[in-house]
Amino acid sequence: MTPYLLSILEGSLLVLQVGLASLVVAVVLGMAGALAKTSDRPMAVWVADVYATVIRGVPDLVLMLLLFYGGQMGLNALLEALGDWPAIEIDPFAAGVLTIGFIYGAYMTETFRGAILAIPKGQMEAAMAFGMRPWQVFWRITLPQMIRLALPGFTNNWLVLMKSTALVSLLGLQDMTYLAKQAGAAARGEITNAPLLFLAFAALLYLAMTSVSMWVLGWLEKKYSMGIRLERD
Amino acid sequence: MEFDVILRPENLRMYWEGCVNSLALLLVSLCAGGLLSLPMALARVSARAWLRGPVWLFTYVLRGTPLLIQVYLIYYGLGQMEYIQARWDDSWLWRGFKEPFFCAALAFSLNTCAYTTELLAGAIRHVPAGELEAARACGLSEWACIRRIVLPSALRRSLPGYSNEVIMMLHSTSLASTVPALLDITGAARSIYADFYLPFEAFISAGLIYLSLTLVLVQLFRLAEQRWLAHLRPRQSV
Repeated sequence: MTPYLLSILEGSLLVLQVGLASLVVAVVLGMAGALAKTSDRPMAVWVADVYATVIRGVPDLVLMLLLFYGGQMGLNALLEALGDWPAIEIDPFAAGVLTIGFIYGAYMTETFRGAILAIPKGQMEAAMAFGMRPWQVFWRITLPQMIRLALPGFTNNWLVLMKSTALVSLLGLQDMTYLAKQAGAAARGEITNAPLLFLAFAALLYLAMTSVSMWVLGWLEKKYSMGIRLERD
Repeated sequence: MEFDVILRPENLRMYWEGCVNSLALLLVSLCAGGLLSLPMALARVSARAWLRGPVWLFTYVLRGTPLLIQVYLIYYGLGQMEYIQARWDDSWLWRGFKEPFFCAALAFSLNTCAYTTELLAGAIRHVPAGELEAARACGLSEWACIRRIVLPSALRRSLPGYSNEVIMMLHSTSLASTVPALLDITGAARSIYADFYLPFEAFISAGLIYLSLTLVLVQLFRLAEQRWLAHLRPRQSV
């Protein structure tokens, strides 16, 4: 039984890799989306709106399958059209990370936009009046305060993102869920109720990861609210 | 793009069948999960630890693990347990585990129940203390307080949050396609992709169906909010 459990435990590393890599993609896209949505260019606002609506209206799994199977085909068609390029295989890791990052970028957009809007406008105006350039205003005034305001939403998004990494097992990536399912099928004869046991073990590992994340991010939230008097509701 | 393949009658029928199954799963899970979440939310805010504790653990575990694993746990885990397999021909209690639809619906119901419980519990906690004091001062019993003061106000105020939960649940039903022999919208798209090797057409069609269903749900909730949250609307200028 131990070798199965160890291999599932090893699969949890892949979950963390997929999760953290997607988080980076999501934060970058979310930042871009939030800046676009709060900008005064109608085109940028429109693009960000469509992005958010489409992503939040379609299930993660469908988007992931579309990107994994469709992206592969589209990329090859593109390379063929460009001429003598060797065919490139999109591996399930990249497809998973890009899709999850792309999806949670839309949720991060809303979180970051809310944080930007919560910062008093006068501060930005004051910074401009001091002659700071727009990126200086962003870097020195907006960003440091955004962290505190965005952390609760960020925590929420991260928890949902981490759970959605289980979907990459459907692309054939050998993550925890995939390994648990395989181990259950393989050990059915030798261990009673093997599928239940191994899947429960994978679930427990996910629960541990969520618990640790909640604890760490809760600590960060406290740290970044230092010196802020929290209003009681 | 060859969307004409999608528009062939047999493929359209497959999407239609998928739609019916997805919506049936959604409806069954929302009803079962919603009904179960009411008493659980009341237990969650109870002052008695032995009532509060188990519900806290239930929602913590279900909200902290991926739905895909929960579906697998029920379909492969419980469904392949020797104890259950030995009994599922004779006893109605275990018969359901033979059915993919039942397994998926059970997983979805428990999942949405956990989220709805927390949502409702949050709304119940925010019922203004003054309203409860007034109700008690009028001589209402504890049960009458819950039925006439707490629930009407908490259910109304959790409506916006619940619309998110319903839309999340619609999207979650796409995981039904991971259970063999259950054809939902995503399952129909996967099958058409496998038959014709048309990934864009198959999955974009599925995505459009989900998107339209989502928009319909958003509209329905907007109507519901107009009806039940009318007192919170900003005053219209005449």
